[in-house]
Amino acid sequence: MKALHKLIEERVKPNFTGDGKLKRFWVVFDALETFLFTPGHTTAKGVHVRDGIDLKRTMFLVIVAMIPALLFGTWNIGHQYYLSLGDVTTADPWSAMFLDKIIVGAIKVVPLIVVSYATGLGIEFVIAGINGHAINEGFLVSGMLIPLIMPVDVPLWMVAVATAFAVLIAKEVFGGTGMNILNVALTCRAFLFFAYPKQMSGEIWIHDVMASKSGGLLADGYTGATALGQLANTVGQPVQGEVSSGVMAMFADGGMFSLMNCFVGTIPGSVAETSALAAVIGAAILIWTGIGSWRIISSFVVGGLVMGVIFNMLSLNAYMTIGPVHQIVMGGFMFGAVFMATDPVSAAQTNTGKWVYGFLGGLFSIMIRVFNPAYPEGVMMAILFMNVMAPTIDHYVIEANIRRREKRLTAAVA
Amino acid sequence: MPATVKIRKGLDIRLKGGVQGGSHDLPAADRFSIHPTDFHGLVPRMAVKAGAEVKAGDVLFTDKKNPDIKFVSGVAGTVQEPVRGEKRRILRVDVVASGTEAVAASGMDPSRTDGDAVRSAMLSMGFWPMLQQRPFAVMPDSDSTPRDIFVSGFDSAPLAPSASMVLEGRMDAFRSGLLFLNTLLPSGRKVQLGVQEGDSFFSGVTEADLTSFSGPHPAGNVGVQIHEVAPMNKGEVVWTVGMQDVANIGEGLFNGCYVGKRTIALTGSRSQPALLKTTLGTPVSNIIKDRVLTEGTRMISGNVLTGSVRGEDGAVGFHDQQVTCIPEGDDPLFFLTKGWLGPGFDKFSASRAFPTWLMPKGKQYDLNTNNNGEERAFVVTGQYDAVFPFDIFPVQLLKSIMVGDIDRMEKLGIYEVAPEDFALCEYVCTSKLAVQDIVRKGLDQMIEEFA
Repeated sequence: MKALHKLIEERVKPNFTGDGKLKRFWVVFDALETFLFTPGHTTAKGVHVRDGIDLKRTMFLVIVAMIPALLFGTWNIGHQYYLSLGDVTTADPWSAMFLDKIIVGAIKVVPLIVVSYATGLGIEFVIAGINGHAINEGFLVSGMLIPLIMPVDVPLWMVAVATAFAVLIAKEVFGGTGMNILNVALTCRAFLFFAYPKQMSGEIWIHDVMASKSGGLLADGYTGATALGQLANTVGQPVQGEVSSGVMAMFADGGMFSLMNCFVGTIPGSVAETSALAAVIGAAILIWTGIGSWRIISSFVVGGLVMGVIFNMLSLNAYMTIGPVHQIVMGGFMFGAVFMATDPVSAAQTNTGKWVYGFLGGLFSIMIRVFNPAYPEGVMMAILFMNVMAPTIDHYVIEANIRRREKRLTAAVA
Repeated sequence: MPATVKIRKGLDIRLKGGVQGGSHDLPAADRFSIHPTDFHGLVPRMAVKAGAEVKAGDVLFTDKKNPDIKFVSGVAGTVQEPVRGEKRRILRVDVVASGTEAVAASGMDPSRTDGDAVRSAMLSMGFWPMLQQRPFAVMPDSDSTPRDIFVSGFDSAPLAPSASMVLEGRMDAFRSGLLFLNTLLPSGRKVQLGVQEGDSFFSGVTEADLTSFSGPHPAGNVGVQIHEVAPMNKGEVVWTVGMQDVANIGEGLFNGCYVGKRTIALTGSRSQPALLKTTLGTPVSNIIKDRVLTEGTRMISGNVLTGSVRGEDGAVGFHDQQVTCIPEGDDPLFFLTKGWLGPGFDKFSASRAFPTWLMPKGKQYDLNTNNNGEERAFVVTGQYDAVFPFDIFPVQLLKSIMVGDIDRMEKLGIYEVAPEDFALCEYVCTSKLAVQDIVRKGLDQMIEEFA
């Protein structure tokens, strides 16, 4: 490896420094070189030894935690597609046409990932070049999160526009990585949701479901709506009414959105949000390595369960009668709790603040989804709202600390 | 038994090259050196010219702001031309040793003296620079009156020697030092001594109020002990003294002469660890002679967290009791083998992103000075809190320093801290920020504000 490093230093680097032809692209070279080799920089002042951890490893581990969700999501896209065509049945979800499902999934997922990274990293490189900054690793995670929370059939140009919006407006205008107030990936999703409401609702959750429908290929009774989309239909309907009981049947044991199906994730939805199981595996990795805040994840889940229990007690409509555990394994709740709420930059920063932030985030997620069927995905709105509230939560935690100190001073003077 | 305070937050960095005990005398050095830069903010005014002959205990320079505070030579000999840096700032004053003549004053009996006599003796005999104060982590003014004096009876920093090693045979001097220091406190008050739980070395000490501490570093930092025993408020001043200097003060005032004894632990994976009895002002070269592979080695006066590099010609730091020698880490690290994506069995990490936490607790690490990454924006939260045992929000305090908000720094508790208290925050920092430097700048802003 010494030889490789020597080659880079002697042959490649001069092109990017001084009067080299490519000096404009120094940040690109620097990012790639430091990717390959942690520089031989030594500690200059202060401590003489440093912990092994750096931002690259931290971000990489977050991506590792997302891999189960990504792989499951890829398979599930194919699975939902063949289900919608009636080529496979729910009786044997796993082995039938396994490879075909993966191929269909990959055809959908890979372009999403490419577009997200190309757009986001392209903007980051340009801005880092203009400002003369090194490139921060933050977008490595955002760029993977964005494809995972997209509807399957979202047009790629929309992804590019939304990613550009999120990187520029949510992050770079605030000063780049570490300075943003809102979670970048969720801002991207929210932008799509509000800028293209027509394209972002309806039948985009299963690959080619529109075409299948117009071609008359759709399996009987298949609508392609998500669990939350179905439940939204029950709001305003009597609990025992025809519509409600029809929908609720799907959530009973053996139904399409049974507790087990929602937990495992064999239901339609955004690319990788459907599987609570994959999110739990991701949570285990994040908590185990200490990179995701266990305080946020656990309090978020508790918050969701508490709201679920409260709704159960009220039971004003069919939506409210869904069990609390069933509530939190549906939609993007678990994915949001594990990968979105824990974003350290946009979450609360104090330990006490993290408890409050997570709990309220979970509570509002379920509340928004049930109260306002126009926003079926309450998690997105709830986390973005809590992002905005996080500094306020921290403010009160810190004020309490300041008051403790002032009280001590008063006591000392007296 | 003293009350025990359990420190839960912190980190013991397990390095190779600890010292086992069994000290021996180091031959007297042929040179005495003192760095005015060891006393933060000090502007020295030379009291002697280059070429002058001095006795041990003669004044070399004084503090320009507090002319009563005197810095004395530890040996008899010839004063050299001071080593100067930018703007002719004095970096080091050397005395080439010859002879053994020493300044003699009348000795004092600690039980029959008062605070004024002790104070003026400490000022005139050169013991004052052994004092440090909080707030601001500087030397106290000559007219300063402390609320308390704190002495930490153990050093929990990586590879630091134990109290029984550095105070071997000096218990009487230590105890009379405590008696002298007690006279400087409001009547009835005693020096606060923090001891390590289970350490019986100080068990007979009645001249101080003992509090015992358990837990990882920084439990031995005097700042942590102040915070637990009697936290500082705005307007209060607390002095701190190193345990070896307590013994120096005791022995010196009792006998009426300057005493600057120092037992230094030579540690680190690049050294043959040894416990060396020497004096303050000993050049680093004297300590490392024949015991250290100097090629590609960083020789640190002090520990790996707070120490400083001063070259072989420089003296061991005035407040240091350790020299640590570790390998420089200036090789680039390929990402899959040694770098950010490597398994990292050789890295010691507080985060569980490396396998450190799965390794046996006894495993020791040979860490080098590689930064292990580049400086980045502040991203990860909760990391500093886990190694910072103060009821203070470290990140918020640092941010208030960075924006220069004096009022906020005060509210967030800057009076209680010194840069060394943030050393572990700096060690664990994912974004590789220079945390201690930021704290020092904040303290300097406060000093300026009150000047």
